[in-house]
Amino acid sequence: MQPAIRLQSAATRNASLERDQTLKMSTEALCVLYHDFRAISDVNLPIYAQKITAIIGPSGCGKSTLIRALNRMNDLVHGSRAEGQVYLDGKPLYENNVDVVDVRRRIGMVFQRPNPFPKSIYDNVAYGPRLHGLRRRRDLDDLVEQSLQKAALWGEVKDKLHQSGLSLSGGQQQRLCIARAIAVQPEVILMDEPAAALDPISTLRIEELMHDIVKEYTIVIVTHNMQQAARVSDFTAMMMIDDHRAGSVIEFDATNTIFTNPRDKRTEDYVTGRFG
Amino acid sequence: MTTQLYKNHFPSVFVERARQAWRHGDRLYHFLLVLATVAVVGLVLGIGYELWQNSALSRHAFGWKFLTTSDWDPALTDTFGALPFILGTLITSLIAVLTAIPLGMGAAIFLAELAPDWLGTPLGFFAELLAAVPSVVYGLWGLFAYIPLFVRPTSKLLEHTLGFLPLFEGPVFGPSRLAAGLLLSIMVFPTITAVSRDVLRAIPDNQREAAMALGATRWEMIAQVLIPYGTSGFLGAIILGLGRALGETIAVTMVIGNNLDLSASLLHPGYTMASIIANEFTEATFDLYLHALIEIGLILFAITLLINLAARLLIWSVARRTRLEVRA
Amino acid sequence: MNHMSYRRRNWRQTVNTFMLGLTAICTMMVVAPLVWILAYVVRQGLPALSLTLLTQLPTPVGVAGGGIANALVGSAMTVGLGLLIAAPVGILAGIYAAMYPNTVLGTSVRFGTDVISGVPSIVMGIFAYTLIVLPQRHFSALSGGIVLSFIMVPTLIRATEEMIRLVPSSLREGSLALGAAEWRTSFSVIVPAAVNGLVTGMMLAIARAAGEAAPMLFTAFGNPFMNTDFGQPVATLPHMIFVYAVSPYNDWHAKAWATALVLITLVLLLNILARLIVWQRARVLGSLK
Repeated sequence: MQPAIRLQSAATRNASLERDQTLKMSTEALCVLYHDFRAISDVNLPIYAQKITAIIGPSGCGKSTLIRALNRMNDLVHGSRAEGQVYLDGKPLYENNVDVVDVRRRIGMVFQRPNPFPKSIYDNVAYGPRLHGLRRRRDLDDLVEQSLQKAALWGEVKDKLHQSGLSLSGGQQQRLCIARAIAVQPEVILMDEPAAALDPISTLRIEELMHDIVKEYTIVIVTHNMQQAARVSDFTAMMMIDDHRAGSVIEFDATNTIFTNPRDKRTEDYVTGRFG
Repeated sequence: MTTQLYKNHFPSVFVERARQAWRHGDRLYHFLLVLATVAVVGLVLGIGYELWQNSALSRHAFGWKFLTTSDWDPALTDTFGALPFILGTLITSLIAVLTAIPLGMGAAIFLAELAPDWLGTPLGFFAELLAAVPSVVYGLWGLFAYIPLFVRPTSKLLEHTLGFLPLFEGPVFGPSRLAAGLLLSIMVFPTITAVSRDVLRAIPDNQREAAMALGATRWEMIAQVLIPYGTSGFLGAIILGLGRALGETIAVTMVIGNNLDLSASLLHPGYTMASIIANEFTEATFDLYLHALIEIGLILFAITLLINLAARLLIWSVARRTRLEVRA
Repeated sequence: MNHMSYRRRNWRQTVNTFMLGLTAICTMMVVAPLVWILAYVVRQGLPALSLTLLTQLPTPVGVAGGGIANALVGSAMTVGLGLLIAAPVGILAGIYAAMYPNTVLGTSVRFGTDVISGVPSIVMGIFAYTLIVLPQRHFSALSGGIVLSFIMVPTLIRATEEMIRLVPSSLREGSLALGAAEWRTSFSVIVPAAVNGLVTGMMLAIARAAGEAAPMLFTAFGNPFMNTDFGQPVATLPHMIFVYAVSPYNDWHAKAWATALVLITLVLLLNILARLIVWQRARVLGSLK
């Protein structure tokens, strides 16, 4: 159990693993600041296509900030600034001529608490496509049905599409939000603790859902639930705050490795529950 | 409890009396509180009662026809019909609210969603300060500045372009229903802006995030998500503004011309319920006349009461919905 | 999405910029009248403002000079009386509404406040007329003061209620826990903490009442002479402005502007001061929590 050997075998394992993946997104020396406070610092994170990447770490370490930086949702916060770069298919996202609206269509997001609009189930899912120009009723009907099926919700709501989205249970509402995100045909789906507000059964359904849809989408998930990360993800990034209260990724590897053979002692302490 | 503390140190009789005194103090205090609150509620009932009683002559003489006839003749035939005033009030208030809605809501959107704090707070404060300006000062400014410099040119323009419509038939003097409506509009801005701004602020952020994350532009988010979400609240704001416009007296009296003109034209002078009361109350030489005027006051009271109730209910329903969702 | 073209994206961005710009313009247009009114009142009123105006009684038409001294006194009388009546009722009712919001009386008070504040002031005037002027058979400053008190009560209740709710419940509980009686708690702990709020409430109420002309038309009625007897009619500032403004005489118009300047200065100063105190207090109490 000498660290050196462990390091080596993990590295070779990683190298071979990573060689087979395409890079969908990546960050380069990414920092996010709120006024003068540096929330995350120097993050270099690869996101592989059609894989689920989990971001874990103790609370307050900047996981949400990081995931929101990926689709430029941080821009909406007064006083926030990003340094470094985020790439989608090799093209930088934090540039002056980038169409943020398009970025957010290609990179969808599901939030911690379900937030359906107070509109009908149909209108919730159809909202995004309508925004982006889809008008024909038949096309919308098809798209709504497809999206609800992928979100494993169609069966439960197909007879009540015109009821309010708020009439659904918490777990159903979250799947509605996932359907809504899928409806704009994104390439990446970001999930910020999607099951945190749900009961265990709903959580399990969402995890199954993730397994089903990852064939089409790249998924990044933030979770404080380590078991969930271990169950669901292919790759895991471990985040921690440093002495200046800025978060950074201290380790990134295949999920198996992180949970059985982590390189960094802090990662090991966290995943074995010694703290955090 | 205090008694336990003192039990070992003072004779209990003393303690009992002290407790009685304090409890009496409390009782008196509670009595006064209740009295004050009853007074407040009583005031509302009292107003309705007095208005009802003191319009008896007129109500018995004319019944419902009071609301539908246009004869207002205290001099010769002693007949009184309030229709022109009711219409005048409704028309001027409608003009006020219709013109104030786009401007007021636009301003509310800017202040709540777009302006940074250092800009939004002072601007919002100025908009609200507009509500503090006394009505008579509005009337004065309206008479000598607003009408000649803004309303009159606008009216002339309307007469030139749309004068064939009975709605905009000339000739244009100074004071007119349009002038009253446009002046009321300014007086109603603060209400609509302030309440709409509060409604927008009450809408939870997660709705905004959901829309933006789907790739909406800021305006699309505001128009397609926020405004539908807060509809009942905005409706409440508008109705509150309407309520303010309906009851406005002095400013309207000064710029509407106070003429029993029955034409449909907005560019002609007119009369409102509040302004006829203001003008003729002290001239009412006989009882039926006075009672007729008081009956107009009763109608005004009833209308503003209903409108304010409707507004409060609507606004309250938005607040309740947001709280319910947070709990869910 | 394949139906997303550049043209559509550009269009959406254009609409976005245009509409957001429009809201900025709306804001300017909502704030502009205030600036216009203030500028006009100052421009027209300042030249006619003089010590004479503030200290003399009105002169007959055509005679130069003359002032609004009687109106200043009259306003002070009616507003003062109104405050005297409205303050105890308003503050006590406000305390009740703040401390027992979920009782029948508590909700009725809040409801009643909303209703009263929505009643047009001229209707209040009629009420005071039927209640006081008719039985007494003459106009008086007393009836003027009473009608103003009705108008002031909602402002006072709201301000009191808001300020007391800002006081952290820990202060109240601390006092009660020490064994103080309820009324004692109210008066020695909560009220001092909320005093600023009560003061601002009074300032806002005064500002509101000082500007009311309509109810004065048939209560205080106006008086060309100086009068300090509450049982007689009395002149008030807003009423004077009204009378001067609708008259056909130019020098009366000038006096109207000057009086308006005095009135609006008073009203706006009170409002601004009141807001400043409230903001300051809310910050302090916020840090206490």
